[in-house]
Amino acid sequence: MEYFLQQLINGLTLGSIYGLIAIGYTMVYGIIGMINFAHGDIFMVGSFIAMMMIVALGLTASAGLAFLLLALVLVLIVAMVFASVWGWTVERLAYRPLRGSFRLAPLITAIGMSIVLQNFVQVTQGARVKPLPPIVTGGFTLVTGVNGHNAVQISTMQIVIIVTTFLLMTGFSLLISKTRLGRSQRACEQDSKMAALLGVNVDRTISLTFVMGAALAAVAGLMFLLYYGVIDFYIGFLAGVKAFTAAVLGGIGSLPGAMLGGLLIGLIETFWSGYFSVEYKDVAAFSILVIVLIFMPSGLLGRPEVEKV
Amino acid sequence: MSEAASEQPLLQVRGVQTYYGKICALRGVDVDVPRGKIVTLIGANGAGKSTLMMTICGSPKPREGRVIYNGEDITGLPTHEIMSRDIAQSPEGRRIFPRMTVLENLQMGAMASKQDTFDGDLRRIFDLFPRLKERQAQRGGTLSGGEQQMLAIGRALMSRPKLLLLDEPSLGLAPLIVKQIFNVIQELNRTDGLTVFLVEQNAFHALRLAHHAYVMVNGAITMQGTGKELLAREEVRAAYLEGGRH
Repeated sequence: MEYFLQQLINGLTLGSIYGLIAIGYTMVYGIIGMINFAHGDIFMVGSFIAMMMIVALGLTASAGLAFLLLALVLVLIVAMVFASVWGWTVERLAYRPLRGSFRLAPLITAIGMSIVLQNFVQVTQGARVKPLPPIVTGGFTLVTGVNGHNAVQISTMQIVIIVTTFLLMTGFSLLISKTRLGRSQRACEQDSKMAALLGVNVDRTISLTFVMGAALAAVAGLMFLLYYGVIDFYIGFLAGVKAFTAAVLGGIGSLPGAMLGGLLIGLIETFWSGYFSVEYKDVAAFSILVIVLIFMPSGLLGRPEVEKV
Repeated sequence: MSEAASEQPLLQVRGVQTYYGKICALRGVDVDVPRGKIVTLIGANGAGKSTLMMTICGSPKPREGRVIYNGEDITGLPTHEIMSRDIAQSPEGRRIFPRMTVLENLQMGAMASKQDTFDGDLRRIFDLFPRLKERQAQRGGTLSGGEQQMLAIGRALMSRPKLLLLDEPSLGLAPLIVKQIFNVIQELNRTDGLTVFLVEQNAFHALRLAHHAYVMVNGAITMQGTGKELLAREEVRAAYLEGGRH
């Protein structure tokens, strides 16, 4: 039972990170019907920007709590802004010129953009992994085990990740359901031609969707960096594909689906590593992708694909 | 605005040619829509009526010719900029956002309006179409055809347009509802001075309503006159009216 609880906490943490990335996939798919394969690499760029900021600020675990909190918020904002600029640029350069072209074209440029981002970071930052000593330390023991066995612990970082994700997702859902911008995004998703007839600037709305997705990916990037303490230019690939799996599992195009799918993939992966084998955790996650695509192509919360006439 | 500007038609379409790829859909169309009038365009299925509507809104853009609204050449402008110039369209097939509520659809309609007059405008739409008020929390996709058409018109009116482009509002609706919708259009024109450009296959009703009317065949205007004149003409009756007054 204690072991289960511990895995649950770990799984929720990982799932939060996947969920934040998955939102970017699902929103872009919803609005222009393409998979932005460079999204995982925007997450990677976000975590590199966060790394640079942390190093530049000289943040360490010994900093005072108030300073640490303030500095991390600053790092977060800077990472979000820069990642957003990258997200916007990718859309502007690689996808917008191909709008109205055949469906495969933006998929190919997306993969191209992914390779460009990876190689850009590899060349400018070096191929070696970048370690970061723990900054947010400490934690709470929920269940004290016998002789250190069967203890259930939650680290401060895990709390930060889960709470931040929860707040962001709530805020984001409200933004989509209640604001003018969110309404425009949904309108573009449902019928972009009609949205334009009502005075919505469709291109601008699509750009903003990329910006929002990239900003959330940057949050995930910072949290990944702080949680695992190691990043390299290639982390975007695996995290990206996992988050994509999460989006498909939840039902691609559905926002609550992406959040749910992210949590589920995180939990499945963690429990698989906890109870079966760590080596096969990626196999488990991607088997889910295959199974979902075969038996439930519209995902848990997605709408069945209806051919538009 | 100068005296001359108010004399010229609100909308002028001049020599517009529109292509879909190599296919010519409009072959040099001239249409005038004077201020405060209802102008009707009738024609068979596939004549290019909806293409003209969409060309006025900049999607697709004409290859030749000009569209002038309120004295301003709007030909090359992107659709969303054209639509923020007091033009609204209730398009062919209604195009209600199916997974948005009735209220949200109306909020989308107010997207292009500059002032914050939402509450008053909403009340006015609900007065015109009480059914929409009953169904305001319901998703657009679950409405009946008639309700969807009311919503499409209501949504277009939310931006307080001076020019309303109405594409086949009677399509697929029961005669009683068609009558109701045409009454509303006439009322809006009489009381608010709303200028209406109406495209219809349902020629009988549309021509009775119209101050001026055009007939389109194969992407070109072949006849024009007042609604009454066209109603009386033999070739119009033969082509568009006999075989059922809807």
